[in-house]
Amino acid sequence: MKSFDYVRPASIPEAVSAASAPGAAYLAAGTNLLDLMKGGVSRPDRLVDVTHLPGLDRIEPLADGGVRIGALVRNADLAHDASFAKAYPAVAEALLSGASAQLRNAATVGGNLLQRTRCAYFYDVASACNRRVPGSGCDARQGENRLHAVLGWSDACIATHPSDFCVPLVALDAVVEIEGKGGRRNVKLEDLYRLPADAPEWETVLEPGDLIVALKLPGDASDFAAHARYLKVRERTSYAFAIVSAAACLRLERGSIAEARIALGGVAAKPWRAHEAEKVLAGGAPNGETFRRAAEAALAGAKPSGDNQFKIELARRIVVRALSLAASGTPERIPALPASPFSSVPGALHDA
Amino acid sequence: MTPEIRLTESPAHLRHGANIGQPLTRRDGILKVTGKAPYAADRHPRGMLYAVLAVSSIARGRVTFLDVAAAKSHPGVVDVMTPTHKPPLAEDPDAKTNPFMFRMELLQSDAVRYANQPIAVVIAQTLEAATEGAALLTPTYETLSARVGLDADESFVPPAVGPGHPPIVEHGDVEAGLAAAAKAIDASYETPAQYHNAMEPHAIVASWDGDKLSIDTPSQGLAWAQGRIAGLFGIPVENIHIRSPFLGGGFGSKGLISGPQILGIMAARLVGRPVKLVLRREHMYGPVGHRAPTRQRLRLGTDGNGLLTALEHHAKTVTSSFDDFYESAADASHTLYASRAIRTSHEAVRVDTGTPLFMRAPGEATGSIALESAIDEMAWACGIDPLQFRIRNDAEVEPISGKPFSSKALRECYTKGAERFGWWERPLSPRQVRDENGFLVGWGMGTATFPALMFQANARAVLRADGSGVMETGAHDMGQGAWTALAQIAADGLGLDIDRVEFKAGTSDLPDAGIAGGSAHTATAGVAIHNAGAAVIAKLADLATRDQRSPLFGAGNAGVIARNGRLHRRDDETRCESYADILRRAGLAEIEATGGGAADPVAQADYAMHAHGAVFAEVKVDPDLGQIRVTRMVGAFAAGRIINPKLVRSQLFGGMIWGMSFALHEEAVMDRRSGRIMNPNLAEYHVPVNADVPSLDVLTVDEHDPHVNPLGIKGVGEIGITGSAGAVANAVWHATGVRVRRFPIRISDLLMAG
Repeated sequence: MKSFDYVRPASIPEAVSAASAPGAAYLAAGTNLLDLMKGGVSRPDRLVDVTHLPGLDRIEPLADGGVRIGALVRNADLAHDASFAKAYPAVAEALLSGASAQLRNAATVGGNLLQRTRCAYFYDVASACNRRVPGSGCDARQGENRLHAVLGWSDACIATHPSDFCVPLVALDAVVEIEGKGGRRNVKLEDLYRLPADAPEWETVLEPGDLIVALKLPGDASDFAAHARYLKVRERTSYAFAIVSAAACLRLERGSIAEARIALGGVAAKPWRAHEAEKVLAGGAPNGETFRRAAEAALAGAKPSGDNQFKIELARRIVVRALSLAASGTPERIPALPASPFSSVPGALHDA
Repeated sequence: MTPEIRLTESPAHLRHGANIGQPLTRRDGILKVTGKAPYAADRHPRGMLYAVLAVSSIARGRVTFLDVAAAKSHPGVVDVMTPTHKPPLAEDPDAKTNPFMFRMELLQSDAVRYANQPIAVVIAQTLEAATEGAALLTPTYETLSARVGLDADESFVPPAVGPGHPPIVEHGDVEAGLAAAAKAIDASYETPAQYHNAMEPHAIVASWDGDKLSIDTPSQGLAWAQGRIAGLFGIPVENIHIRSPFLGGGFGSKGLISGPQILGIMAARLVGRPVKLVLRREHMYGPVGHRAPTRQRLRLGTDGNGLLTALEHHAKTVTSSFDDFYESAADASHTLYASRAIRTSHEAVRVDTGTPLFMRAPGEATGSIALESAIDEMAWACGIDPLQFRIRNDAEVEPISGKPFSSKALRECYTKGAERFGWWERPLSPRQVRDENGFLVGWGMGTATFPALMFQANARAVLRADGSGVMETGAHDMGQGAWTALAQIAADGLGLDIDRVEFKAGTSDLPDAGIAGGSAHTATAGVAIHNAGAAVIAKLADLATRDQRSPLFGAGNAGVIARNGRLHRRDDETRCESYADILRRAGLAEIEATGGGAADPVAQADYAMHAHGAVFAEVKVDPDLGQIRVTRMVGAFAAGRIINPKLVRSQLFGGMIWGMSFALHEEAVMDRRSGRIMNPNLAEYHVPVNADVPSLDVLTVDEHDPHVNPLGIKGVGEIGITGSAGAVANAVWHATGVRVRRFPIRISDLLMAG
């Protein structure tokens, strides 16, 4: 492994200062970064360990009825926080469908937002990858690309964002609180990520030294609690990234859809908010016909980036199913196989 | 000398009667779950350095430059072994004097013949320094275009397939059989490249002392490894001491010592200090063997009664550009179904890959999924239940040879398995059943079979004056439970309770136990142990029956039996004497004898010897999303005598899970341009996780087989994969009505077909 400096700042300003130098990277649980370093994909000169920063591990209510989650809260702790899971069930379900129990115990909220793509060509340092080495090309474009993006991709990059957690967060208008050289600012999570266009190496709007200190869900995000689901389709039942996933959150009034939120995972370089689909749903009846029109709208701009035409149809069907599940109501408890199409199978009470 | 491995922490066992046949808990279990079982990579001799491989990122060409200076200037790096800086070898690593000697890359040249081939070894004070040193070599290459996939090049008929079988075998006239058939099918199936992915990567800790070599490394064949190392380094076999008490899985990839392990020994030679070399997970995708991809075409015909008139099985596979190993997939059609005409044939292409090798049920697994799918398709074409169809075509004698079976309880496996599963409720047509949640439900089955093999092994038995015994054989515990099952055979062979027997295994200074492969280790090493036990008991009986002071005097050697540490007169069991008393009176501290185990050539010539089974699977499929879940599997197996039912059940479970993995999960994805494997890690190369493993049920059918070997053992290591893979594939068809012929079956296959 490349030699690097390791610093452990005592305060947020110290951290920002230490991480502003070229070649510096923040280290939280390291569930993604350390793998990338072992593979030579990331080669930072300095690791700024933020795990000892004070005050970033709290889940706090906000005045507007929302919630503020410190960047160092562990995925498992957040998912198992009873009041959080009750208010934001789709987020808890998404968290529990990701990775493995061991990884969820280690991984942090802030780190999850910034995890890198799982594109094999990004990981394979012998391959051309514009995201890893700007201007080197994209070997995925003509390569093994069954699982690559169908929305928002460019010829420069067809990678997808792998997070489950971020999909319902984007649907619920989550905001990230960032401390940088210029002080503290808020950015909508949906706007944190950049689509690849001509510069896939710029994955987010973060500037050098910027530290995500918290994640906030606004007051109205819990209005969907009674009808909120996350659905994740994959080839194996657990410990696999989504081929396609969807978060569907509905606010029903007098039998019709007052407001809807839809976001897709595994389809683009960012968690993909389907605003057009939400417009189709608003005011409609919660039935299959409405859901199918919403699915059409959600995937209207989709096109295959390779051998992945099937993902477009799969995504449509997942949108329909996720909306149907949401409409039928959030289950009392998070299913034993969170987000799985099989979560309703009796007797399937394995710990996923 | 105190043995290093003491199995004394095993839980107490309650037993009634003989040791063989008892479901003993594995005796090394507590050592393993408490981290006290030493694996090779746990060793750390004084002064040890770390070696890390640098591997090629191209699949074909040559290395034109390595930045050795940059690597050497990294702090902690001690040396860099390259084609121009390495210890001499006594033998060309490309020499091949027998078919089981495979060519290795030991830095003999700058040529690159597959991606992930070792091209240098960096040796350093720490693992981190060696890893960075390897990264700093930044090789440049002269690259030739890679030959990738089954259509990469002109195909040819291999000289032999699998372990030396003929590539083309015919019995009857297949074309005539097809022409006369009332119904026929013609279907092609594809299986991908798969990699062993043992949990424990190949690892070696090597120390030289002059021309003496001590090694810790996992091995399924200690004596073969010794022989290969002796040849390469020009030292006598007895100078090489290997410890391999535990393997974290082998599955065939540790059957022969591999190139990277030899590189570890060379590195230790080069620097004159002990060296540890552990493969990174991604380095296991190249130099340590794999299961080759296949494309198999099956043509079957049946008469009006659903009896097979023809069975043609043709398999195309790949081998490396520089060596020969051919997956004998079509041979799966030799033994199961009684077709009037059978033809099996193979062709191959050379591609730029590491040489494929034995991987759990090599040939049998790949062939089985295609054959069992085709049989299912044929049954459907005939309108006959697939189990009924198999029973109707069940072979009374081995179809390809006409030999009688040494034993074959397959019919009972079919009936008992079907009963346990509830098979006869199954509707004939696909896509008929939904569960209460609307998921499609499908039931499928497959026939399992694997040859009952025997290799060669030796064992040494000792009886000591304190009444205890010792049994020694260089056997290998890959996780299958040899420490327990072989000790059970040893205890019965010595007529002692298992806790009175010190069982020694896993090192190369013990008698050669042969290779732990071909599902034959318990049979082969077991027979050696059994014979060694009988021989030492005969010596003891000789002492007693010639001694006038013994109550056994005059009984004659054959007139006594050994039980619970005593010899009894066969004609009067009250007349007996303990081993301890016999030896003490004779003034002997101990007596010893040896025994061997090997195939009986007469029985081999007269009988076809195979284990059999029937596997039943239930899957559920989401009708809209195509996601598949196996919910239930039942396997019924007849595999001769069962030494330890608990261990056997686990072995069969493991095989069945692997079969499911074959049908639904495993695939090495190779970039068709570069020839690099794009998913060389356990996050992306999928094997089932716990949530994928269904309710499993195994039942064994008793079989008394006097012909396979004196203990009647057939072996259970590999049979579980066969049958199971096809059963799952057939269940997916039955659930959905979509016949997927390329494995693994994926969501996209079902989605785009539906």
